[in-house]
Amino acid sequence: MRGIPPVTTPQRRGDAVAAPARRIPWSREALVSWADRQAGAVLVLPAVLVILVLSIFPLLFSLYLSLSRFQPVAGGFRIHFVGLLNYRKLLLGSEQEHFLGRIGELGFGGWLAFVVLAAIGLVLLWRSLRTGPLSVSRIAGHTVVAVAGLLALWLAIRTVVATGGRPGTLVVTWAYVFGGVALQFLVGLLLAALCAQQLPGRRFFRVVFLLPMMITPVGVAYTFRMLTDTGKGPFAPLANWLGYANVSWVNDPWGARIAVMIGDLWQWTPFMFIVLLAALESQSPEPIEAAIVDGANRWQIFWHITLPQIGPVASTVILIRLIEAFKIFDMPNVLTGGGPGTATESLTLHAYVLWRSLDYGTSAAVAYSLLFVVTFVGIAYVRLVHRRLTEAL
Amino acid sequence: MALRWRTSPTTPTPLGAIISYLILGFWTFVVLFPLYWLVITAFKLPVHVNEGPTYIPFADFQPSLHAWRYILVDLGNDTLRPYLNTVVVGVTSSILTLMFGAAATYGLSRFTYRVRLATALLFLGFAVLAAVGIQLGLPWQLAVAGGLGAFALARAGALRRVGGPRLGNADIAFWMISQRMLPPVAIVIPIYILFQRLGMLDTRPALVVAYVAANLPIAVWLLRDYFRTIPLELEESAAIDGANRYQILWRIVLPLSLPGLVATFLFIFVLAWNEYLLALFLSSAKAQTMPLLVAAQNATRGPQWWYMSVLILLMIGPVIALAIVLERYIARGLLLGAVRG
Repeated sequence: MRGIPPVTTPQRRGDAVAAPARRIPWSREALVSWADRQAGAVLVLPAVLVILVLSIFPLLFSLYLSLSRFQPVAGGFRIHFVGLLNYRKLLLGSEQEHFLGRIGELGFGGWLAFVVLAAIGLVLLWRSLRTGPLSVSRIAGHTVVAVAGLLALWLAIRTVVATGGRPGTLVVTWAYVFGGVALQFLVGLLLAALCAQQLPGRRFFRVVFLLPMMITPVGVAYTFRMLTDTGKGPFAPLANWLGYANVSWVNDPWGARIAVMIGDLWQWTPFMFIVLLAALESQSPEPIEAAIVDGANRWQIFWHITLPQIGPVASTVILIRLIEAFKIFDMPNVLTGGGPGTATESLTLHAYVLWRSLDYGTSAAVAYSLLFVVTFVGIAYVRLVHRRLTEAL
Repeated sequence: MALRWRTSPTTPTPLGAIISYLILGFWTFVVLFPLYWLVITAFKLPVHVNEGPTYIPFADFQPSLHAWRYILVDLGNDTLRPYLNTVVVGVTSSILTLMFGAAATYGLSRFTYRVRLATALLFLGFAVLAAVGIQLGLPWQLAVAGGLGAFALARAGALRRVGGPRLGNADIAFWMISQRMLPPVAIVIPIYILFQRLGMLDTRPALVVAYVAANLPIAVWLLRDYFRTIPLELEESAAIDGANRYQILWRIVLPLSLPGLVATFLFIFVLAWNEYLLALFLSSAKAQTMPLLVAAQNATRGPQWWYMSVLILLMIGPVIALAIVLERYIARGLLLGAVRG
């Protein structure tokens, strides 16, 4: 048998798939030896192929689909290239009210909210820009984020706060993502901080708090439908007592959206909890002990020592949940069916509804809009927040 | 005692402990009450549900097994078939995901890959050309062969001399893991059309293939850390003894990382078990999985909560058991992954 190089040395230069250097007589041993030298390629190839065939090619095809009109015909389908017509339909045409929402008239309060929130956002961005060198790429990046943020804020306020406005699936998805993730993080952090103490019975809480994350989202959605029923649910007497007996949350857009968010909070707080708890338990004790010697109180220790220490992990779980939350589908689809009307529809549900009505082109356009928003938010978050928190250490 | 409290910051004061227990107890109630409600609803008669809420079995209402009998005996195969589908699809797809994921992760942690970016783009370009060819009416065998041939020729010819940026191991790993970012709805329609053309819609293999693709990034992400912890010396001495790569992987690396493999397997099994969106697109009757069956309840029979509760309990029973067993691994796996990003 040919000598086998030590494991640590780099196996190959150039491409992963390279021809054998010289001819070996065709024998079982030679075959084994050849296969051995190709091990690097053989090991990775199945995974690469699976991802190529079922992720990358479909993604490219989806892009093409979003630029075309799809017509099922007998024994197959026909695709016409229509350019940006599907996106035009979403932003300006017949799907505008569904996708962006209905733009309402802004009163004084609405303008005030817009100006205040915009000012806060711009000041934060300006301060973040000032922390680093003023290179062209950084200025350009911050400008893009500022413009996109202002547009998003304008759309959100004109559809949510303004009279006669109604948020579309894009804004509703933002509400699920940003509102939901913020709540999940705060509750998860509180529970993790409490569970990190030396309390008898910690293990019980850890196991119980983990449960919702593993439960099938469809099952969670139906369970919450049972619980939130104002006639037969467990809280019906309470609702009755409060005078809400005949008010059905299902018929109120924000009631239904909040029900979806509560279901999502119940399901995904455990993810935040479990990772933050592990981070809290693995922090180094020395800085805390030093702070105690210096006379710091618990709150100061938590704010100035613990939080910065778990910063990178916290930032990463927020990033993961941001990305995952954009895909929200099971909860609104089963809990409310997207209703009342289209009030609780997320972008994924919107794409699904369009797919079911055989409008594949517009459905792919919605999916691509979602992909664009996720990628933009992901990159902006990594550049503006995540990198700073992880480099601080 | 007072001194100990002051020196150990993780030991709460008595007042702190009481407040902590109150908050933790509240959240325990929040977590467990929906599950309690699910369990008691499964034993209620319709009359106990419809006439307003009843809370405590035996005191408020007499538990009955009628819903269980209906779902398990009367419906029989209509419940059993989706259950079996979910088990078969979950187990098969998790095994395949684990095999591909472990192989790729091991490769990425022990070999040096340097793929030219130009080569990868060229391959993608020829693949798109082949797809366009099929669309224009070429037989697919010809298009695939032609595309591969042209790629091989171009690689052997021009690209040898072209430099350009190269993709290293970190790039490949990032590329694989970043697939998780992709919203599944952005790729599901082409996959639907693909399986439709292949006549594979509403079959278990279609679901298995889709789940392998969906869960592979998670497997790579979780396994990366387990393989890093295995000492290289063992592998080196095995190589000196004449073992080849595959023997090293099979005899040494995999047995040593068994706990990690088991945890990863169970984790992706739970994901496949719970999956809803892909199943909704790719299956309808024959390959229907449990999440689909449960979600379809409302449409077919209206909110008959006693039946629905039984179905949900059957569906979530196994994952709750797994969650309790897995608690330790999940925390560790997620944390390691999260720290590395």
